[in-house]
Amino acid sequence: MANTTASQTEAPVFYLKEEHHPETGTMLGFWIYLMSDCLIFAILFATYAVLGQNYAAGPSPADLFDLELVAINTSMLLFSSITYGFAMLAMEKGSIKGTQIWLAITGLFGVAFVGLEIYEFHHLWSLGATPMRSGFLSAFYTLVATHGLHVTFGIIWLVTLMVQVAQRGLIVENKRRLMCLSMFWHFLDVIWIGVFSVVYLLGVLG
Amino acid sequence: MFSNPDLLHFIFGRLSLDSFPFLHDPIILVTLLGVVVGGIAVVGGISYFRLWGYLWREWITSIDHKKIGIMYIILAIIMLLRGFADALMMRAQQAIAFNGAEGFLPPHHYDQIFTAHGVIMIFFVAMPLVTGLMNFVVPLQIGARDVAFPFLNNFSFWMTTCGAALIMASLFVGEFAMTGWLAYPPLSDIVYSPGVGVDYYIWALQIAGVGTLLSGVNLIVTIVKMRAPGMSMMKMPVFTWTSLCTNILIVAAFPVLTAVLVLLGLDRYADTNFFTNDLGGNAMMYINLIWIWGHPEVYILILPAFGVFSEVVSTFCRKRLFGYSSMVYATVVITILSYIVWLHHFFTMGSGASVNAFFGITTMIISIPTGAKVFNWLFTMYKGRISFDVPMLWTIGFMLTFVIGGMTGVMLAVPPADFVLHNSLFLIAHFHNVIIGGVVFGMFAGIVYWFPKAFGFKLDEFWGKMSFWLWTIGFYFAFMPLYVLGLMGVTRRMSQFDDPSLQIWFIIAAFGALLIAGGIGSFIMSIVVAVIKRDKLRDETGDPWGGRTLEWSTSSPPPAYNFAFTPVVHELDAWDDMKKRGFVRPTSGFLDIHMPKNTGAGFILAAISLVLGFALVWHIWWLVAASFIVLIVGAIAHTFNYDRDYHIPASEVVATEEERTALLAKQQA
Amino acid sequence: MLSKLVRGVALTSMFSLLAGCNLVVIDPSGDIASQQADLIIVSTILMLLIIVPVMALTVFFAWKYRQGNKDAEYDPEWHHSTKLEVVIWSAPLVIIIALGAITWVTTHTLDPYRPLDRIDAERPLPKDHEPMVIEVVSLDWKWLFLYPEQGIATVNELAAPVDTPIQFKITSSGIMNSFFIPALAGQIYSMAGMETKLHAVINEEGVFDGFSGNYSGEGFSHMRFKFHGLSQDGFDAWVDNVKADENLLGRSQYLELEKPSIKEPVRYFSSVDPELYNAILNMCVDQSKMCMNEMMHIDENGGGGLAGINNVMSLTYDVPQMRGSQQLPESKSYVATLCTAPEGGLAGELANLPLFDNEQVSRAMSVAPSGVSTGF
Repeated sequence: MANTTASQTEAPVFYLKEEHHPETGTMLGFWIYLMSDCLIFAILFATYAVLGQNYAAGPSPADLFDLELVAINTSMLLFSSITYGFAMLAMEKGSIKGTQIWLAITGLFGVAFVGLEIYEFHHLWSLGATPMRSGFLSAFYTLVATHGLHVTFGIIWLVTLMVQVAQRGLIVENKRRLMCLSMFWHFLDVIWIGVFSVVYLLGVLG
Repeated sequence: MFSNPDLLHFIFGRLSLDSFPFLHDPIILVTLLGVVVGGIAVVGGISYFRLWGYLWREWITSIDHKKIGIMYIILAIIMLLRGFADALMMRAQQAIAFNGAEGFLPPHHYDQIFTAHGVIMIFFVAMPLVTGLMNFVVPLQIGARDVAFPFLNNFSFWMTTCGAALIMASLFVGEFAMTGWLAYPPLSDIVYSPGVGVDYYIWALQIAGVGTLLSGVNLIVTIVKMRAPGMSMMKMPVFTWTSLCTNILIVAAFPVLTAVLVLLGLDRYADTNFFTNDLGGNAMMYINLIWIWGHPEVYILILPAFGVFSEVVSTFCRKRLFGYSSMVYATVVITILSYIVWLHHFFTMGSGASVNAFFGITTMIISIPTGAKVFNWLFTMYKGRISFDVPMLWTIGFMLTFVIGGMTGVMLAVPPADFVLHNSLFLIAHFHNVIIGGVVFGMFAGIVYWFPKAFGFKLDEFWGKMSFWLWTIGFYFAFMPLYVLGLMGVTRRMSQFDDPSLQIWFIIAAFGALLIAGGIGSFIMSIVVAVIKRDKLRDETGDPWGGRTLEWSTSSPPPAYNFAFTPVVHELDAWDDMKKRGFVRPTSGFLDIHMPKNTGAGFILAAISLVLGFALVWHIWWLVAASFIVLIVGAIAHTFNYDRDYHIPASEVVATEEERTALLAKQQA
Repeated sequence: MLSKLVRGVALTSMFSLLAGCNLVVIDPSGDIASQQADLIIVSTILMLLIIVPVMALTVFFAWKYRQGNKDAEYDPEWHHSTKLEVVIWSAPLVIIIALGAITWVTTHTLDPYRPLDRIDAERPLPKDHEPMVIEVVSLDWKWLFLYPEQGIATVNELAAPVDTPIQFKITSSGIMNSFFIPALAGQIYSMAGMETKLHAVINEEGVFDGFSGNYSGEGFSHMRFKFHGLSQDGFDAWVDNVKADENLLGRSQYLELEKPSIKEPVRYFSSVDPELYNAILNMCVDQSKMCMNEMMHIDENGGGGLAGINNVMSLTYDVPQMRGSQQLPESKSYVATLCTAPEGGLAGELANLPLFDNEQVSRAMSVAPSGVSTGF
């Protein structure tokens, strides 16, 4: 390129003689998707902020939430993020077995998280604190359940990837997919920290 | 939900014989017969000519961005006919429903029509036109072989189409929403709209919204990552710039729509209380949220049109675009500002004066970069050599028409003035002025401009000019009376009137709508005539207009791989630069080209989503569960397909390119 | 050229037509609407300062630099001029600064919530004047006007003395509408459970159109009323006329009136339950429902606790049937008045609320906890 600009008289290079390989955009694309997902959560948080005090003469967070249970739940998700990190380290080393084991542990933490959340919902529901009861409860269930559904899909994806890694090993495509899921998983962790602080901590203590 | 022991109810949900309006409404019956006859003709024709295999292989499963772009535009034109039929019915109704006459549309029908008109025109005409044009043009303009995620592109298209199909289904099965195109609660809540109309609305937009969002992600990554070597951001064609900004807006705005429709859906399906009057809901939140999406949506539509005008004006003035960088900055400024103006859609909701004034002033500020753009096009014409081909006519028509819409827009942005103009026909005239004068004119300019690139022959010029004049004159006849009616204090969405002095204005407007119908007809004629006369209109150079950007450097239609060799860019207006500096087209040294493979997965997944949407609308819960599971399993199964690309062998490339060499040689001889 | 000719003909014919029609928005009869009309005209003129040159230049350049005109200068590389760029950014900027300043000031002076400070340009009002209050309720699909000072109410007819400042308090029974009398002042939304306000004055006697400016469903087209601007004597006579027939508007009459209806004739009520407007505003005309203000008070104090969970009743609206639909929605709930007040000081406070009396409590108790449907 340098010599093309040096001499303007001769026709410059107008095309590549070898195949052009633009770098893959998967990670960027997935990142952009995550940001759009983040926006959905932002709307749900905003909704919770607007409706969060509208108890309709019904129960408030202080009446309903059990911080200990939620703290255990939070730790499940935080641990799962760490174990996913170990899975990625194993992947970098090229260890299929290590990757699979850590993925499995991550998945189990995820299942525990979702299970505890279902337990919490079931408990609230049995008290009569349903999403139909008040604006606050509608916003609460929707925000938390949307996060929970994301985790559920993450688990399904994780299982799918474990099968694919088992079938084909750590090929480029699978590594890329694992990295996407890694971003997804950590992203859900960050969102949950927001949920935990805004909904549960502020709700009970604030 | 399962409390009803009736088996029929279990199987069909809310669907019953009463759900078929054509059984008792002659207008819908005639429409249905037309659709059935037309459908039989099309299906019969395809079968007779044995085209099913061809359609499946070459179009339905195609991941070629050019074909997908073309299919988007075909979808848009079909939906334009539907949306415009609605417009004609409204104009006719308002022109006759005076002095106690009820007209031919009772409110139940009329209210569906204006809702459907708005929804279809924005989501299924304007959006596919914009997305289609970007899909077709952007990869060619940046010297890429395809978009970043070709499979997703196909999937996006079919999701959009299935959204459109769901809306069309509402015409014959059940009813459509009677809420206005943004479905404000509490009117759209289950209490006040218990029918299936709003559910059709929600699920059609959700399905299409997935497509729009993914296509937004796709094109951003394409533009950011796949530009030809040498094409820095400030050497990108303006259309690519506006596409980039539009897609950023899509990704940053559509999730808001998705979220707010989910909340509305929960209110309707799960009895939650987001927007209800009772139990702590807040309908004002819906109005805020939907406009946080809705205002950027306006710019999602108009920015690509601005891009088209920029390309067209410099090509047909045979001159570099005036003020490229200020054009780019103006685009970016508009993109950012479009997020802080949403409240101007409801100054009348009772916000404080300072809040209203803030949003009014930010709205006005947007007119500064927009004004700068108009001046840039103006000074591109200055010292140019302007040839008045059809795309240029649309551009000049736009410049004269759009500024009027801009003016009335600024008037509406002054809150106290808006208090008397809000929701009036003045407002209707304003936004049709900018959407028709801006978006529609821009899309027509773009279609006429890039048609020869897509098909290898130009559109018929006579019918093209007819279309332009009928549209333009028709626009003034149809909407200037609405400005007047707005000043007479006539509000929108009325199906019957008392004051006979209004009638003449509605008759003029109806006449204008007929002229526009002629404009649409002429546009279709320009395609039909061009297909018939294609040999005469054929362009073998690949560069029929003396273009300036990379898409004109390859053949028309371009080969599947777009460019045999990836171009290297040195200047803005890369193709103009290549022509000037003696570019010689390479005729040897071709290599295998790596390309993505066609797949039917996108079509199948979208079709399942359509079934899911339909089942949700009608509360057919077993089908909801079944199609949802099939959808998830199908999506997972698709990820097990690793065989997604192939190589076009060099020999095939050689054959294609030699054919073109021979054609070009024949031209020169 | 052809289009210009056509457009010219169209425009002249339009102006001749315009002469014959009533542009109420530009030529209103109330001081607020007049100021809003002035604003429309001023902003139009300001915008025309830039629009007209742009349109003229577009036509001129298109004609001058047409391909056939070989005399015109052709400079394909001319694409930048710093001076010109400064002009094209600053010209709109200057206009927007001017318009922005006007906007800021007028948005505050014409804020519908702001009490008037003048009757018209010549007649200022003292700061401590008391406006006449009219309460406006949008129903499906008619308007209810309550005159607390006169103790009367009307349906689909509104009257006020000229040159008297009016304060409208506006709410809705369910769907959002927009209260709009173009000759008087700009519109403002009416929303259930909320109150919006509008201050205005009518300066001329006459009969003016009023209607809903926001689509609200099937009967929307006919949701219209006449606004009578009357002399003080005329207004007094009108009030007497309204009072002429004994006709009471209380809770039960309101619940009957609230049912959806189209093309409702004008109706007069000679006396009105003084608590009614507040009950409408707080969505508790049906006395088994908890009032919004009460509910908000409870919510501000941390909600009704676990005990409050079951204090809801399901309610089947008859609205849907009126709206031409075959199916009824499954059911919607609302909060019932408290049958057992939560412990602590709250209970005492609640008992003192005006709309909370013992009769209500007993009625609420009988239907409260379970899903009994109480159709209106």
